[in-house]
Amino acid sequence: MKPRILGLAAFAACLAMPVYAAVALSDAAGSYTISPSGSSIRFTIGKAGGGGFDGAFGRFKGTIRIDNSDVGRSRVDLTIYPESVGTGQGRIDSFLRSDAVFDSANNPEIQFRSTSVTRTGDTTALVTGRLTARGKTFSEKFSAELDGLKSGTIKFHVTGKVLRSRYGMDVGTPLYSNVVDFDMTLMGKRG
Amino acid sequence: MQSSITNTATRYGWAMILLHWLIGVIFIGQFVLGFVMMRIESQRTAFELIQLHKSFGFLLLGLIILRVAWRLGNQAPALPPSVGALERRAAPLAHFALYAFQIALPLSGWALVSVSTLEIPTMPFNQFVMPDLPLAESDAAESFWTAAHWYLAYAGIALVALHAAAALRHHFLLRDNVFKRMITPSSGGE
Repeated sequence: MKPRILGLAAFAACLAMPVYAAVALSDAAGSYTISPSGSSIRFTIGKAGGGGFDGAFGRFKGTIRIDNSDVGRSRVDLTIYPESVGTGQGRIDSFLRSDAVFDSANNPEIQFRSTSVTRTGDTTALVTGRLTARGKTFSEKFSAELDGLKSGTIKFHVTGKVLRSRYGMDVGTPLYSNVVDFDMTLMGKRG
Repeated sequence: MQSSITNTATRYGWAMILLHWLIGVIFIGQFVLGFVMMRIESQRTAFELIQLHKSFGFLLLGLIILRVAWRLGNQAPALPPSVGALERRAAPLAHFALYAFQIALPLSGWALVSVSTLEIPTMPFNQFVMPDLPLAESDAAESFWTAAHWYLAYAGIALVALHAAAALRHHFLLRDNVFKRMITPSSGGE
């Protein structure tokens, strides 16, 4: 695939950020380190009877590499530290850290390693990769949307659904849905 | 002779006997389950046992409503003539207290899950969502109902022990039919 201009003009007009219009993929290409300060990893699990259960991971690290010539060769690596889970309710946090859910003492990392990136639109892509948690690895898909691009920084809004039962975290079903809805903002800084 | 579903002047019908033993077994089981689930190491097992305790609590509440309705719609068999004056006065009070605890215990548990800031939904036996009682949730309310449920449980189980001791006394010491009539139902002729 030849380098393609990101069709950001319309998107930029909506956001009234003219800087986008001039951005070419070749400008975005490069390696980025995910910056915790500009990023967030939030999740929601639906509850029986309505409503949901929200949480976020406070500590994580990762890299985003955007290939200059082939978007499909771009890569995302993300490591989440489940010990840093926060729900605003201390008793729930300690439950999540315990061997009932993350078992963070024995499994301190949740890892995502992308295996393929497929362009789905001017500013969107489908990221497929291997998610490893509690010693179990499965293929998962996430949708990524370019959400900001400035000199030296790139921002993606990433969403996806993960079935927690596959990772030995089925506790609480059917009171709590098996589907974990992820909503992440990943901001990368060049270098 | 056919055994009767309803009570007679001297004997209990099988509906009352069935409800008595069913509720008795679940009540004692709930006490043991409640004791274990609060002390178990595994958080996962504790969570699952607590949900089971909630399920049986609602089953108990349903059975108790049925039992009270049945009791109010049926005559209660009279105590045998051998029963003394003091016990004749104490027994209805003890039975009233037993009924009060049977109702108060599940209700206090329901209040506890309703006010809990953990907001864990209640699904008896994973069948349907049981709504919360209309009580404001707060840590203070949760502490209050936790304590209330705990004290009611210990007082209730003490009352059950007293009740069982009285039944055994009737059977082994007084040798009357008070205990036996809670095992064998009335037959139409009595």
